[in-house]
Amino acid sequence: MEHIELFFKSIFIDNMVFATFLGMCSYLAVSKKVSTAVGLGAAVIFVLAITVPLNWLLDQYVLQPGALTWLGPEYADYDLSFLSFIMFIATIATMVQLVEIVVEKFSPSLYNSLGIFLPLIAVNCAILGGSLFMQSREIATLGLALNYGIGSGIGWFLAILAIAAIREKIRYSNVPPALRGLGITFIITGLMAIGFMSFGGMLTGGDDDAKKEEKTVQVETDTETNKDLANNIKIEE
Amino acid sequence: MGLLSKKDAKLITDPLADNNPITIQVLGICSALAITAELEASIVMSISVLFVMGVGNVVISLMRNIIPSKIRIIAQLIVVATLVIIVDLVLKAFAYELSKTLSVFVGLIITNCIIMGRFEAFALGNGPWRSFLDGIGNAAGYAVILIIVGFFRELLGSGTLLGIPVLGDPIEKTGLYSIGYENNGFMLLSPMALIVVGIIIWVQRTRNKDLVED
Repeated sequence: MEHIELFFKSIFIDNMVFATFLGMCSYLAVSKKVSTAVGLGAAVIFVLAITVPLNWLLDQYVLQPGALTWLGPEYADYDLSFLSFIMFIATIATMVQLVEIVVEKFSPSLYNSLGIFLPLIAVNCAILGGSLFMQSREIATLGLALNYGIGSGIGWFLAILAIAAIREKIRYSNVPPALRGLGITFIITGLMAIGFMSFGGMLTGGDDDAKKEEKTVQVETDTETNKDLANNIKIEE
Repeated sequence: MGLLSKKDAKLITDPLADNNPITIQVLGICSALAITAELEASIVMSISVLFVMGVGNVVISLMRNIIPSKIRIIAQLIVVATLVIIVDLVLKAFAYELSKTLSVFVGLIITNCIIMGRFEAFALGNGPWRSFLDGIGNAAGYAVILIIVGFFRELLGSGTLLGIPVLGDPIEKTGLYSIGYENNGFMLLSPMALIVVGIIIWVQRTRNKDLVED
């Protein structure tokens, strides 16, 4: 249950592109055609599925405060968490390079379709963001970390696929000249993000997002009652 | 011009408008949008990027002849990551609340495409002084957009600037609120950042027809 919940949460509610704006650069640059978008999206799923669990292990056994206890009791006080940025990015960069070499050697056809995107991915914010969110959300087990990586990858994939399809169609529409290309893409992404916000109600198992939403709803009703009060006062006057 | 020749000054002024990293080069959008709900966060983010870009460009430019081109991406990432760790620790020490709001987005400066993009496009081929100017210029261009977006989102969303109420009190109904103005809570939600940037691009390209894409 926990796994299913995290999986759907990372695809829809915490969608990389629409909720946290990660990987926007390549999202905007490579979404002109559906075929290239699929290639990049697949590469992102692939790399996230590898790097998030790997960085989880790194975080658990090297970086967290007290994580080095397995080396011996005298290491229990060490806190290396300030190194996490540099360790995560080094892992990601090396893994991407490694994956590129392995894929090139064993599957030239996959390399031809994924290959050109792999170097791009090392500096894709979505990949580092996946690892950093994994750390800050304190994902509990390796299985969940893998799950989170794949889920966010699929979320990113869906987002770039959707925008690429829309951009292919929008070429035939009469967009104001100044908005063509980048401008309209931004606005469409904004509208899609608003659409994706409706997924926020999908899982209401008392998690943090749901609580936050309840609060905002309450505030809204408060202002409404204020309005009502004000109206009543006016009427009375 | 004593300090800056005309060519050098162009390095700073160009990215501010006609070659803006966000609206024209489409770089560095990733970490820019999520933190612009408040003006203060945008300003701090801009300063952090300004620091990382300025110093990073100089370092890369100094090392440009000793980095083998095959591993240059990793080398660049390490330089940026080190600088970002410095920024993160400084923020944690002197502005803890703010570093909580920025959360992972400070770390994401590392993969901010603006930084890698300028390293690749400029610092690897130019001397330290020119690279420094280029870094400062591009970071300033990034800062301008961030601050514009942050300004409008905070003003329209919560009626404050830098946390100070400027439109009157929404509960006491003073100032603008007395004539029925309401805060648009929608502006505080992240999708509006995209739409605000879209509108900035629209305005900019309407004023300068050369930038229009076909």
